[in-house]
Amino acid sequence: MAETENNKILEVKNLRTYFYTDDGVVKAVDGVSFDLKKGETLGIVGETGCGKSVTALSILRLIPEPMGKIVEGEIIFDGKDLLKLGQKELQNFRGNRISMIFQDPMTSLNPVYTVGNQVMESLVVHRKLSKEEARRGSLKLLEMVGIPEPKRRFASYPHEFSGGMRQRVMIAMAIANSPSVLIADEPTTALDVTIQAQILELMDELKSKTNSSIIIITHDLGVVAKYANRVMVMYAGKPIEFSNVDNIFYKPMHPYTIGLMKSITRLDEKNRKKLKPIEGLPPSLIDLPKGCIFRIRCKYAINQCKKEYPPLVEIEKDHRVSCYRAKEFMDGILERFGN
Amino acid sequence: MENNILLEVKNLKKYFNLRSGFLSQRFAGSVKAVDDISFFIRRGETFGLVGETGCGKTTVARVILRLVPQTGGEAIYNKVNIFKLTSREMLKIRREIQVIFQDPYASLSPRMTVGDIINEPFEIHKIGDKRKRIKKVKELLRVVGLNPEHIHRYPHEFSSGQRQRVGVARALALTPKLLLCDEPVSALDVSVQAQILNLLTDLQKEFNLTYLFIAHDLSVVKHVSDRIGVMYLGKLFEVANSEDLYKKPLHPYTMGLLSAIPIPDPELERKRRRIVLEGDVPSPINPPSGCSFHQRCPNAQDICSKEEPELKNYSKNENEHLAACFFAGKPI
Repeated sequence: MAETENNKILEVKNLRTYFYTDDGVVKAVDGVSFDLKKGETLGIVGETGCGKSVTALSILRLIPEPMGKIVEGEIIFDGKDLLKLGQKELQNFRGNRISMIFQDPMTSLNPVYTVGNQVMESLVVHRKLSKEEARRGSLKLLEMVGIPEPKRRFASYPHEFSGGMRQRVMIAMAIANSPSVLIADEPTTALDVTIQAQILELMDELKSKTNSSIIIITHDLGVVAKYANRVMVMYAGKPIEFSNVDNIFYKPMHPYTIGLMKSITRLDEKNRKKLKPIEGLPPSLIDLPKGCIFRIRCKYAINQCKKEYPPLVEIEKDHRVSCYRAKEFMDGILERFGN
Repeated sequence: MENNILLEVKNLKKYFNLRSGFLSQRFAGSVKAVDDISFFIRRGETFGLVGETGCGKTTVARVILRLVPQTGGEAIYNKVNIFKLTSREMLKIRREIQVIFQDPYASLSPRMTVGDIINEPFEIHKIGDKRKRIKKVKELLRVVGLNPEHIHRYPHEFSSGQRQRVGVARALALTPKLLLCDEPVSALDVSVQAQILNLLTDLQKEFNLTYLFIAHDLSVVKHVSDRIGVMYLGKLFEVANSEDLYKKPLHPYTMGLLSAIPIPDPELERKRRRIVLEGDVPSPINPPSGCSFHQRCPNAQDICSKEEPELKNYSKNENEHLAACFFAGKPI
């Protein structure tokens, strides 16, 4: 047991991040707990507005205040609670030991600085390198992430790069200080598939080289199947199922996860196979229903689901589900992929 | 040619001219958005057009609809060349060819109720009186799975999936024969995406529709299509029925594209061999000589940079499996 404890590089406990809008309080993240192990890739999946990006932003404390606020929780990294640190101390972690790759490489690079300058910045800030050392370091980084002719490209501006190349630059910036944790928020959503493959392969390669851990946030279940070791499925701000990738795909126990699996089109399936989508829409995060947040769309809902939110409990080893009927799925009393 | 063909596109070209400078109108070359492509769609089938950003797939739809003028070629719909029609004749044909757009936020006017939006085609084409129209609009709402009582609501009151349903209802209003679907589900979440894909499949059966389905997501295109055309930089690289395209792709680009798409099945992914195509799609302003894919192609030989391969049939049956590659079928 002690060994597995040491294996944890990051632990998020009961995180709640709310946004205060004119229409009411949006509970974007409402009670998220998970841990990240050394060297693993953790996938966080869910649909638009499920709180997956806000979870990532909360870890780095990038929530825009005062509209948004982390109201509760702990984020333990290296024995310290990141939520308790002052801005200065936090800087030692952000972009250094924990870094982030954002979705849109078009808007997340500064258009008025050269690419080389932006990669150099994190070396100068965190490692206190001299200009010349930082320059050499960033050339090496650009080469590592597969930018052709890094010397010439060093002085280019972001607009001179394609989307895929810009994302490579983002990765170079993120790995500049060999972080222990890399958070990638939809890193390939804005890219074409052949470029997506390049970027994901690159991230995977760098991860094994540097023995870092990755949190990959995505809505693409194919990407999760290929790259993640463990998966957390989120719905309306809450984690509803958390297990290793095989369990999530082959033995899902939450009706939402099961519904997702039945909604996706697969390349290797006969065409026109009827999809079985989840009916209805996710609830508004302002007016969450009492009891289970999924019950309105759930065909397995029972009376108990109306009364109280089902806690995330360990149904079997390393498989946590927040559903009163999970055990029935496990025991085969309820059919998963039948109808 | 077979006589059950509804639409045949022959040697379609669309070049966009570039001008240099802000005020000067000097000609500075052209972008060959669609460069000499030919395909046909049979009645009642779904033809998928797939390709990455900027490959020209949307331009194909826009030219067929005559939203932009063609540079060359023909589009023969029901034995008539659409490009030769007068605007009055075209209006008639437009009733039969309708379109569903990608962005359900941008394609519906925020200032019109959904009732007015779906009613507009009837007004333009002067069909029915007020009472009949309202009845028809309500029926259309029901057909696409919306509540007919929501006829007076505005687009912003609907979710993106529901808006896409409104877009589908509008497209169906004039009982079209051919629907051009331009990325109809790419802005939607998976569970909603599945709802819309099911709806489109059901409607096709119910109203005997023919679809041109344009999308960048090959697994979605494969799911809905009978036959698929793969585009790259304005050219068609491969055309085949969807099973053949997946099981025995002939063009190296198709092979790379298929391999790049992860399948949501962890065990299968662990076993699957991954081919990662290197480099980016070249600029369409200055495309490479010969085959436009040769710089990224692992199979490229000398000839590929010099000559352009023709789209040829590689199947026993006529027009069944076409590919534009000198080394078609060679594994990469």
